[in-house]
Amino acid sequence: MYIIVVRGGHVGYHLTKLLLSQGHEVMLIEKDKNKVAAMVDELGDSILPGDGSTIEVLTEAGANRADVIVAVTGHDEDNLVICQVSKVMFLRPRTIARVNNPVNEDTFWSLGVDSAVNATRLINAIIQEQVTAHDMLIPLLTMRGGDAEIVQTSLSPASPVVNKQIKDFVLPQGTLIISIYRGDELLIPRGDTRLLEDDQVIVLVRKVHEEVLKQILIGPVTGKKVDQTPPQVSKK
Amino acid sequence: MRVVILGCGKLGSRLAQRFSEAGHHIVIMDRDREPLKQLGPSFKGETLAGTAFIEANIQRIFEEKVDIFIAVTDKDNVNIMFTQWIKNKFNVPRVIARVYDPILAGIYRELDLETVCPTNLALETIQSMLKGKE
Repeated sequence: MYIIVVRGGHVGYHLTKLLLSQGHEVMLIEKDKNKVAAMVDELGDSILPGDGSTIEVLTEAGANRADVIVAVTGHDEDNLVICQVSKVMFLRPRTIARVNNPVNEDTFWSLGVDSAVNATRLINAIIQEQVTAHDMLIPLLTMRGGDAEIVQTSLSPASPVVNKQIKDFVLPQGTLIISIYRGDELLIPRGDTRLLEDDQVIVLVRKVHEEVLKQILIGPVTGKKVDQTPPQVSKK
Repeated sequence: MRVVILGCGKLGSRLAQRFSEAGHHIVIMDRDREPLKQLGPSFKGETLAGTAFIEANIQRIFEEKVDIFIAVTDKDNVNIMFTQWIKNKFNVPRVIARVYDPILAGIYRELDLETVCPTNLALETIQSMLKGKE
């Protein structure tokens, strides 16, 4: 595959090296001359100096034959415009954008970016998983468009559905239990599958139904309250 | 009408004053406090300063019906991102972005975003000023 990466900060630089080591053809675009000088010995032909948020430079980088364009600058507005412009101007590459401020994630999905990667939310989800594996739905994947998610939860002894068969409780419309991990065993659920304590349940759910799903799988939340709002990242 | 303006530079501040004088309800936002001062004491509208403060209040601002949202910060991409976001999230009927880059302005016009390109406007004005004077 041919992949264009815009801006060589920590994310862009290491991503480029990783992709190169996997045998992909990569072009990293970086506008800071000092950074280019520091990386050119290592990356050789795979680095192009210039402003990757402009059509001229993207064209020069060969965006017309790119399979994927990845925008990982520190500015959300630049990442969004790079992805949107690439969709219009070039031969429809797949676009991936880094989201710096979690507030912007939904916007990116709704404005046609193929994948939005939000490191803050991912790290937050992992932290929450360590802290309260029993109390919450851990988001695994946001579906395109952002209105549905695949989530995971581990059933505590207090869960209202433990020892119940799936057909015995009602899930919100459009919600689907995809699979259950019991220890290392993967179960594909059926109506007569009985849920047990410590089962890892993976569910496809619309975001609007997440609270209802939580009530069904986890029950009324008791005990210490965990702050689930993502930490804010300042713009600049 | 209720008009929300992002960016209180030379254009943003004048837009706010004009609309306000014409009796419209104005909310103007800027990431810094300093530029808002140029609105002067006679300005009747609401002002919001600071990225974090704007973020915290955006829901409240758009809860009440907004007729027009105009983004005129000095950064094209900021204007493009905010107008699209506001249009989608809050169903504002009319959003306008200032975009200096004529190519970008053209692309987003194709994508149904109303853009104003000062570069193109100046180009046309200068051309018409010089018409027949060579």
